[in-house]
Amino acid sequence: MPLASYALGVMEASVYAPEVFARGLPASLRVEAQPEDRTTAVPAADAAAPLLSLQGIGLSFGGVVALAEIDLSVRPGEIRAIIGPNGAGKSSLINVISGVYRADRGHVRLDGASYAQVPTQRLAHLGVARTFQNLALFKGLSVLDNVASGLAYKVRSNFAGQLLGIGRSRGEQRDFLSRADQILEFLDLTAIRHRLVGTLPYGLQKRVELARALVAQPRLLLLDEPMAGMTAGEKSEMAAFVRAARDRFATTVVLIEHDVGVVMGLSDCIAVLDYGRKIADATPDEVRNDQRVIDAYLGVASNDEALSVNEGRAGI
Amino acid sequence: MITDFDYQFFIEVLVGGLLSGVMYSLVAIGFVLIYKTSGVLNFAQGALLLFAALTFVSLVERGVPFALALVATFAIMVAIGIAIERTVLRPLTNKPPITLFMATLGLSYIIEGAAQLIWGTQVHGLDLGIEDVPLEVGGVLISQFDIFAAVAAAAMVLLLSLFFRYTRIGLSFRAVADDQFAALAVGLRLPLIWSTVWAAAGLVALVAGLLWGARLGVQFSLSLVVLKALPVLVLGGFDSILGAIVGGLLIGASEKLAEVYIGDYFGGGIESWFAYVVALVFLLIRPSGLFGQKLVERV
Amino acid sequence: MTAMTSDVPPALVLPKWIAPVLLLAFAYGVVPLIGSSYLFEAILLPFLALGLAGVGLNILTGYAGQVSLGSAAFMAAGAFAAYNFNLRVEGLPLVGSIVLAGFVAAAIGIVFGLPSLRLRGFYLAVSTLAAQFFVQWALTKFSWFSNNSASGVIDAPRLSIAGFALDGAVGRYLFALTVVSILTFLAYRLVSSQTGRNFIAIRDNETAARIIGIPVLKTKLLAFAISSFIIGVAGVIWAFAYLRTVEPDGFDLDRSFQILFIVIIGGLASIRGAFFGAALIVVFPLALSRLGGFLLGDVFDSGVLDMSQRIVLGALIILFLILEPDGLVALWDRVRRRLLFARQST
Repeated sequence: MPLASYALGVMEASVYAPEVFARGLPASLRVEAQPEDRTTAVPAADAAAPLLSLQGIGLSFGGVVALAEIDLSVRPGEIRAIIGPNGAGKSSLINVISGVYRADRGHVRLDGASYAQVPTQRLAHLGVARTFQNLALFKGLSVLDNVASGLAYKVRSNFAGQLLGIGRSRGEQRDFLSRADQILEFLDLTAIRHRLVGTLPYGLQKRVELARALVAQPRLLLLDEPMAGMTAGEKSEMAAFVRAARDRFATTVVLIEHDVGVVMGLSDCIAVLDYGRKIADATPDEVRNDQRVIDAYLGVASNDEALSVNEGRAGI
Repeated sequence: MITDFDYQFFIEVLVGGLLSGVMYSLVAIGFVLIYKTSGVLNFAQGALLLFAALTFVSLVERGVPFALALVATFAIMVAIGIAIERTVLRPLTNKPPITLFMATLGLSYIIEGAAQLIWGTQVHGLDLGIEDVPLEVGGVLISQFDIFAAVAAAAMVLLLSLFFRYTRIGLSFRAVADDQFAALAVGLRLPLIWSTVWAAAGLVALVAGLLWGARLGVQFSLSLVVLKALPVLVLGGFDSILGAIVGGLLIGASEKLAEVYIGDYFGGGIESWFAYVVALVFLLIRPSGLFGQKLVERV
Repeated sequence: MTAMTSDVPPALVLPKWIAPVLLLAFAYGVVPLIGSSYLFEAILLPFLALGLAGVGLNILTGYAGQVSLGSAAFMAAGAFAAYNFNLRVEGLPLVGSIVLAGFVAAAIGIVFGLPSLRLRGFYLAVSTLAAQFFVQWALTKFSWFSNNSASGVIDAPRLSIAGFALDGAVGRYLFALTVVSILTFLAYRLVSSQTGRNFIAIRDNETAARIIGIPVLKTKLLAFAISSFIIGVAGVIWAFAYLRTVEPDGFDLDRSFQILFIVIIGGLASIRGAFFGAALIVVFPLALSRLGGFLLGDVFDSGVLDMSQRIVLGALIILFLILEPDGLVALWDRVRRRLLFARQST
């Protein structure tokens, strides 16, 4: 597995310095992230073979085009942001990648295998985890159980064994809980591990959802607006966690976000969607200066602050 | 067997089925009205129907003139509808739909109990002055009462659609049915609309109660006609009046045909469950239902 | 402790096993000595049977989030299956008949659970009525099920386990108590196991559950199977230990609603709740009839009783939904916490 060597435990310390990411890392500290030219052949080097690539994805709902001719290529270990105004098709794209929607055209390539529709039921086995735009936690379960449920795809004991506490079930249970506990500690959630998630404030629920996605140590992590509705402080904290998670678990991250400021600091690479089309795909600096992006997405606004205000909830 | 197939008999059965389907639709429409505006599957619709029929019959038996009894019953039904909306549903606003459903289940117990506590449990005959003699139409015998019921149902649907198309409150209803949140945001008065809808459901209950009561006799089991309407709703969608009508016709026809042609193989009495099986089989083949109701949740 | 109520600070609670053990010791050691036959026949036996049925429905509806309006059908399936196993399989012990009856109910539960793979919410709730009407019809129509008795009536066999006759009121009570205790214990284990958490996950967010790799379809059918198994065994207790003579009409839609009401009043997603709810449902008509007779005298005949029962029951449901949506069990926990707190602060 080429990924294993990538980043295990590279920057443990980064968790404790969230403010660094809030402002955006200096370019020199960033893990090298060259914009990838999607039309050229995949580089020969193993580490650079894309973990995820989309080829000509098209999707429409009753005549309304949500996505058109989307190509995207995400290398292992990368943090890739997808931004765009409301209704640009960002959530649709995540839903296509995770198999919730079936694309009308095109293919999703995951780790070498190509799918017309990614099998949602097998997603976890493929090493893909995701979070949702509107929280999708199990509100009747505790924080710990929610996070442990991220390992449910590994269950091999049957219910009779679990009922009687025999066979694999005991060891399996112990293993799940200890792994969940590790993630809780990593995301600084240990203190609330026995709380019911439904009783937690919004920002913490978002973080629990991240923990549930991370516990399986996915190779690809899809985050659908992980910072929506958060305060500035919570956002920078979350950004720090996302980066720390990438560094610690060598996870490739694809995230959708409205807050351009946060994205600029966090991502290695940014794809910009507008009206279902990809209009840019480059490093944060290049995107910042791309005239089409400025016209389409940034509009007349001239600084990042003004942009982050636009936080509607519509989206397709 | 094929050669002696009696087409005339088949058509009689089919038409009879379609007409009894109208009766199912009649009950189903009451559900749809409430469901479209408030997202509640109102199980108490059957109890309301019983209450309406029982009240009407009891008034007539006590010497109240037919027309006056009709108006009085309608007024009572409207009052009950509004009372339900105020006391039961409003405190449960924003609760999950299934909670609201269970509340209407409790409601149906209260109404059924109250109806019989007030008017007694004996069976009443209800004579609407329509003789149930078969009428020959194009060589096919059709029950006169069934035709009357179908016409009454059609008139009521027409009335309701005119109301919802041309009156201010009716237009608001359609806005609420489309998007409750947006309707609230633009300042439509939801409580007024809900009250109106419950009143309309009371009217539907009255019409359906009288027609069903005339057919079956006014008694406790009248409230069980909801069980006939439910498969219609599963088939046609809880939110479609057209679905309720077409679904009712489909279920009515297939039920009668099945009863006549294959019922004997099962020892008869299959009408208690056949409609449900029709609805389920249909949904297995076409999961989106008759008119593509939304069964898919958004992520 | 259930998933819904596990927010209680652990310091205030005694070890979890103490209360049930004391309760069982009382139920086995004291109740048979002091109980009257009225207590067993009119209160405890229906309480145990309905409580167990409530546990079964709660697993499906409270935990796995699939609303069922057909519980009585599975009770009937269990009762008639046990009757037939007992009648037709030579030398099969009573326990064997009960377990097999549970499996028959589970199989029927899976069949009628199949629509849950496609349908949700109301559509599913309505489709479970198919089970209600079909099973009731089949048991009435085909007299084989009732060994050709008139209108499908069956008489319970003699109850004995390992040679001990359990035909008296106390014997049947102990028999029911034992079966209910074992299944309830297993239900507790289930809801706190991985499978139980999968149920809750599917109830709370089916899409998320599918995406994290919970086998949603399999888990739903498992919920139907387990729930129907338990309700089926509850049906056996209802028929064999409580009524002794039952007919298919005794398992009608009203019975299904009764079990649903038990779950709502007691508390969704709470095993204890099912017994709280069952206690209320069993005791309240008795209390109402006493009270009505006392206050109104002769006017309060059986017809009036029946109707006022319906009214009060319906009102109770609505009141609980509005005022205490988590049911009697939440009320109980709150009161207990307040008492504990009061004691600590004095």
